[in-house]
Amino acid sequence: MPLIDTSGEALADSWRQLADDEAVPGDDSPIVVSYDRWFAEQETLARRNAPLGLAVTNTQSVERLNGDVNRFDLITLNFPKFSDGRAYSQARILRERLGYRGALRATGNVLLDQLMFMLRSGFDQFDTAKPVSAEAFRRNVGRFTAFYQPAADGAEPVFRRRLHGQGA
Amino acid sequence: MSLKVATANRLIDGRVVFLGEHSRWQERLADAVAAEGAEADALMKTADYHVATAVVVGAYLIDVTTGPEGLVPSALKERIRAFGPTVM
Amino acid sequence: MYAYDSFDRDFVAQRVDQFREQVGRRLAGELTEDEFKPLRLTNGLYLQLHAYMLRVAVPYGVLSSRQVRKLAHIGRRYDRGYGHFTTRQNIQFNWIKLEDAADILAELAEVEMHALQTSGNCIRNTTADQYSGVAADEIEDPRPYAELIRQWSSLHPEFTFLPRKFKIAITGSPNDRAAVKVHDVGLRMLRNEAGDVGFEVIVGGGLGRTPMIGKVIRRFLPKEHLLSYLEAVMRVYNQAGRRDNLYKARIKILVHEIGAEEMTRRVEAEWALIRDGVLKVPAETIAELKSFFNPPDYAPASDRPAALSQAMYENKEFARWHQAQVARHREPGYAIVNISLKPLGGIPGDVTSDQLDAIADLAETYSLAELRVTHAQNLVFPHVRQDALPALWAALKDLGLATPNLDQVGDIIACPGLDYCALANARSIPVAQAVSARFADLARAHDVGELQIKISGCINACGHHHVGHIGILGVDKKGEEFYQITLGGSAALDASVGQIIGPAVAADQVADAVETLVETYVGLRQPGERFLDTYRRVGAAPFKETLYAAH
Repeated sequence: MPLIDTSGEALADSWRQLADDEAVPGDDSPIVVSYDRWFAEQETLARRNAPLGLAVTNTQSVERLNGDVNRFDLITLNFPKFSDGRAYSQARILRERLGYRGALRATGNVLLDQLMFMLRSGFDQFDTAKPVSAEAFRRNVGRFTAFYQPAADGAEPVFRRRLHGQGA
Repeated sequence: MSLKVATANRLIDGRVVFLGEHSRWQERLADAVAAEGAEADALMKTADYHVATAVVVGAYLIDVTTGPEGLVPSALKERIRAFGPTVM
Repeated sequence: MYAYDSFDRDFVAQRVDQFREQVGRRLAGELTEDEFKPLRLTNGLYLQLHAYMLRVAVPYGVLSSRQVRKLAHIGRRYDRGYGHFTTRQNIQFNWIKLEDAADILAELAEVEMHALQTSGNCIRNTTADQYSGVAADEIEDPRPYAELIRQWSSLHPEFTFLPRKFKIAITGSPNDRAAVKVHDVGLRMLRNEAGDVGFEVIVGGGLGRTPMIGKVIRRFLPKEHLLSYLEAVMRVYNQAGRRDNLYKARIKILVHEIGAEEMTRRVEAEWALIRDGVLKVPAETIAELKSFFNPPDYAPASDRPAALSQAMYENKEFARWHQAQVARHREPGYAIVNISLKPLGGIPGDVTSDQLDAIADLAETYSLAELRVTHAQNLVFPHVRQDALPALWAALKDLGLATPNLDQVGDIIACPGLDYCALANARSIPVAQAVSARFADLARAHDVGELQIKISGCINACGHHHVGHIGILGVDKKGEEFYQITLGGSAALDASVGQIIGPAVAADQVADAVETLVETYVGLRQPGERFLDTYRRVGAAPFKETLYAAH
């Protein structure tokens, strides 16, 4: 599926999702492991001197990664259906509470009309279910010039902007 | 086997429509094609194509009977869809 | 009233642009119906039996005359000359075209209105006490907080794809007129021991297939924590609410399954981590929002003026209307006027565009150009001089809007039912009309007293039948419409869910059945007892006996 970044530009994907029964490669290629595998083989995986990614399903607790989050260079969160919004909460908790600084990728049924919500929740890579042009991405994601609530994008919410005289 | 008509709502305005001759959607049930068995399946196939090509939404077959008044849907809900609200 | 600033104006304009583009992509076939549906729903657009239906938000039930004129215009230009006020203080139009929807939203934006989040699995329009700001019994006006919630919840990035819809209601009065105990979250303003005003937080109420009365999860929430606390509730629900079964997805099921105590623990734990963050509402923000809802400058007017007493003495019809429809205002010399949208034998909540225009004019003349919508599908003029009541009554009477039946047998709540709604199993409106016509004798209805009849055309319970003193639920039995009757429900602070009294009755027997129940009550009641009180005292048995003996 097409992978894009926060400007809607195509992103090369060097990551390989490792199946749970697949041996950890001996080289230093970037791999993504499952949440369960991480907890089972933490010691081994941490010793490997290569970029490590983590795939989290939307029923797994991201809080449990507390303290470990920045050992990952990539975390993927999944939208099995675009209408299942659990990963938005996971993303905000990773960014705002656990201080995760690596790449955060949205996978699954990722569609143009939800990208703005994902971007605001802290995602910065989008594995879209259909091709999205950079132009359509920018138009849809950049449409709103202010937001009413704080989120992981750090945008100052309208009620706070008003305190310094904006918005008359 | 019972007599059937293909119905849907037209995408652009939501109006109730029935599949008529030449695969055209009609606003009046009287202008619908009623068919049985394999012919009814063919109506549904056309209707599905028009769902896939964004002409209509939510197509399905309804049971109808023919009488002195012409075609009448068997179910109350479909009679209301075909003839409008019972209250004003 | 709240007035938009440039942030709000830009926001609704950008929202219109967004929807216009989404409609364009749908019509071009770039979006499937499954993909488009949640986009149109969060803009209030349903596809119903006959056409698209647009549900326009009336935030916490407050409208200006200017907005009402715009609604009249929309009804005339884009619909068939009428609209329908809903049980959640919104108004919906039944005959909308998809190709017009963005234009309508643009017209609404001109008068600072929108249809944002009036449907979809997101935070819906926050409803409030229709007497907010004018009620004699009010602790504090809840509207600034409802507005705060409206803004915070608008396009919330985390909570736009919840397990199911989410409805918040707020009241500032100890006498709940906002049905806070049957909402996903109910907020009740109260004073703590220190004398500060805050919120009691009630979670997990709701109607639908599994009616539940909400549980208090926090006795007192200081105002500055309102948004962070709601965010904590939503975050717990978004992650833990069931998504495997549509009928078990509301927060009430989560609260029921894990228990109120565990729900409280989870919400409080989440809240502890965010309570002092960016969402903590600055005192200046609250002060600014409150300034929009300052009481108007009421011209001095004498309380209980002689002209009013005289009019009541001379005109029995006016006196009856006054007794039924006028409520006490906190400002001496003023009154709150309820306008019934339940004419005898009429369609509950329907208004024509011509009536809307006339109502806008009357509100300008008599109510400082402001009115309210109630969850019982009626309207309220909140600022009427008592000495103007006879003139207002005469004008309403000319418009067919002076039916004196507030909270009486004719003041029926009904959903649109199978006449309009794609989900319904049976019709609601004809049943409401038949019951209303049966009690056309207003003196008799008045003698029967307070009696709330609520009718839903399916188990989704948009007509709130579970909390009707008499509830009526339409069911489909092998293609025939039948109606199940429940007794003893209430949406007030003494909230309760009605109990099914026996086998469902046929459509043409509902009015008879209601009459039998009413006569049974009249025979059993003790002085001062309402229908509900008598039912609660004597139980279902005598009602059951007369109802099923008679049929």
